[in-house]
Amino acid sequence: MSASTPFQQRVAAAVADKRVVRAVHLATLKKVEAREAGMDQLRDFEQIRSLAAQVKQHTLDYLPRYLEQFVEQIEGRGGAVHFAPDAEAARRIICDIATSRGLKRVVKSKSMTSEEIHLNQALEAVGLRPVETDLGEFIVQIDHDTPSHIVTPIIHKDRRQIALAMQRELGCEYTEDPTELTMIARRHLREIFRNCDLGISGVNFGVAETGTLCICTNEGNGRLTVSRPRVHVALMGIEKVIPRMRDLPVFLKLLARSSTGQPLTVYTTLISGPKRLQDADGPEELHVVLMDAGRSDIWAGEFREVLRCIRCGACLNACPVYRNIGGHAYGSVYPGPIGALLTPLLHPAGGHEELPRASSLCGACGVACPVKIDIPDLLVRLRAQTHRSHPLAKRVAMRMWLWAMKSPLVFRLGQRLLRGLLKDGGDGWATDGPGPLRAWTQPRDLPIPPKRSFRAIWQAELSNEDKRG
Amino acid sequence: MTVALFVTCVSDTFCPRVGEAVVRVLRHCGCDVRFPARQTCCGQPAYNSGFHSEAAELARRMIAIFEPYEYVVTPSASCAMMVRQHYPQLLADEPGWRKAADRLAAKTYEFTSFLREVPEFDVSANLRFNEAVTFHYPCHAREFYSARDLEALLSRVPGVDLRTPRPVDLCCGFGGIFAVDHAEISGAMMGDKLESLSQTGAGLVICDEGGCALNLAGGAHRRGTSLRFRHIAECLAESLGLMEAEE
Repeated sequence: MSASTPFQQRVAAAVADKRVVRAVHLATLKKVEAREAGMDQLRDFEQIRSLAAQVKQHTLDYLPRYLEQFVEQIEGRGGAVHFAPDAEAARRIICDIATSRGLKRVVKSKSMTSEEIHLNQALEAVGLRPVETDLGEFIVQIDHDTPSHIVTPIIHKDRRQIALAMQRELGCEYTEDPTELTMIARRHLREIFRNCDLGISGVNFGVAETGTLCICTNEGNGRLTVSRPRVHVALMGIEKVIPRMRDLPVFLKLLARSSTGQPLTVYTTLISGPKRLQDADGPEELHVVLMDAGRSDIWAGEFREVLRCIRCGACLNACPVYRNIGGHAYGSVYPGPIGALLTPLLHPAGGHEELPRASSLCGACGVACPVKIDIPDLLVRLRAQTHRSHPLAKRVAMRMWLWAMKSPLVFRLGQRLLRGLLKDGGDGWATDGPGPLRAWTQPRDLPIPPKRSFRAIWQAELSNEDKRG
Repeated sequence: MTVALFVTCVSDTFCPRVGEAVVRVLRHCGCDVRFPARQTCCGQPAYNSGFHSEAAELARRMIAIFEPYEYVVTPSASCAMMVRQHYPQLLADEPGWRKAADRLAAKTYEFTSFLREVPEFDVSANLRFNEAVTFHYPCHAREFYSARDLEALLSRVPGVDLRTPRPVDLCCGFGGIFAVDHAEISGAMMGDKLESLSQTGAGLVICDEGGCALNLAGGAHRRGTSLRFRHIAECLAESLGLMEAEE
């Protein structure tokens, strides 16, 4: 128990970084308020939430059928569909599309799925230099950083860091003014868009009925990424499908509200195939890469509902653990409560047992989730799957505790023993607990239990009072 | 009506006064209160840590102990949730035990929910505070009432100077064994909570959860923050003159 895991080491560093902790607190608390205000605008938030959960769950329960329909529709409209069983396959498919067509200038809109498979590194390995065009992701890229939030990748950064990175990488004058910084990035990215030939995007929702890809963005970069280049590659997890166009508004109502409190993202882009003859512009080729990479294993097991996730980030913002350790401490692409589920589920052999355990199970994530994933319950179920991986000392302690709890006599002795073991600092409090209680007294004190436990008081007085009365 | 008190291991050991207050208030409401002496812990530490067969052992034990009583009342929403929600899940594959777990679940109440639903006792009308008061909403109370419900209940207390903390439902960072296994994170969360409570300017915190109170009071003591934590049962017992005010 005392041995520090790599996760705990990252946590210690994260908690000590007051600047990041403060930035994440401010941003997440603001987003929680924005989300609540946004939800209040809906006539019946709970009803829409239930509907969204049902639609997603239904889609998952009939996933093979909806995927088949989705693929047929895309191909019927001239798009190509590639199935990637794992991350390696997805990377290879996308790199091949680029190299076989001689595509050189790659732009990307924000996609967590591409982060998941470390696509940029793969593209760089075949001599391409993909440019992230979402402002946050762009800053992450030029600062050689990684995103620490699903929706707000630079939630951990302050103006100074951004200004320095922009100055260093773009050669612009140093400024901390957010509008100026944005305009500098915009001018830079416009030039890149002008000359790009491959656009890579993620997908928020894939409509099976029509083969439509729906992409929700706020900066317009998503729209440019999927319309300006000659070839558009959309990378999506197989769980992103929804049945019908009429289901889409249910999710659009929830996605932006859950993320930022906006009623809708600024841009909602619907793509149903590549450029047709009569179209003035648009990509000549549309490739949809449908990626499994561990999802069908999750789908087949008891954690299927995790796949309802629409990546809104609401659970991260709501989570008091995330707020205090930030995204990087999780050591995974998906941080926060949903990351603590997705990461060990997508990478069962990845040594992520600690993530589901690092939660007070307060349930704020479950309340915030727009598709009603019972995150705390699933965290406990994951803990149950890995409880044998606890250190021996802990498993022995659990057995001893169980033994004590099964016997009122041992329980009473335990109460006395605890009283005896605690060193009273003179005011009825212990400041340095023994054994496993040492960790308790790391951030807080422990009261010395009163001489008489409740059961002692009951036996001596309370039970008799009633008989007298 | 016969009510068995499930005092919880934390209250039994660290805050027996809460148990005493619950007994006095329940008797005031006309309940015949019993204390099955073989009770220990509901098993939540094992359950939350993923040791489910161990938790099930304690569940079966607790079910047998409380089987004879009409109602079971506990001052902890968390332990009530364990009994009501997780016992039936844990024993889902054992039909006989599952039925018994459902029976126990149906008759187990968290203290204020019991007062409201069974003797229909008006908690607000019977409470009195002679100082500004704030509250900690225990996360596991979600099963029984919302933070807004608790705020409303306290705001109806005659003459109350209620200071609602922001955010209203912030976790205190306790989380059972989490507080020990991840003391660093837990401590940081506790710091946030203490700050939010301190900012209200109230000195008295209503905290209906033994674990949360142990955590928050321990943190307040370590930091020299002058916050006092009381279970609503203690406040009720004092307001009704059933118990002397402490300190």
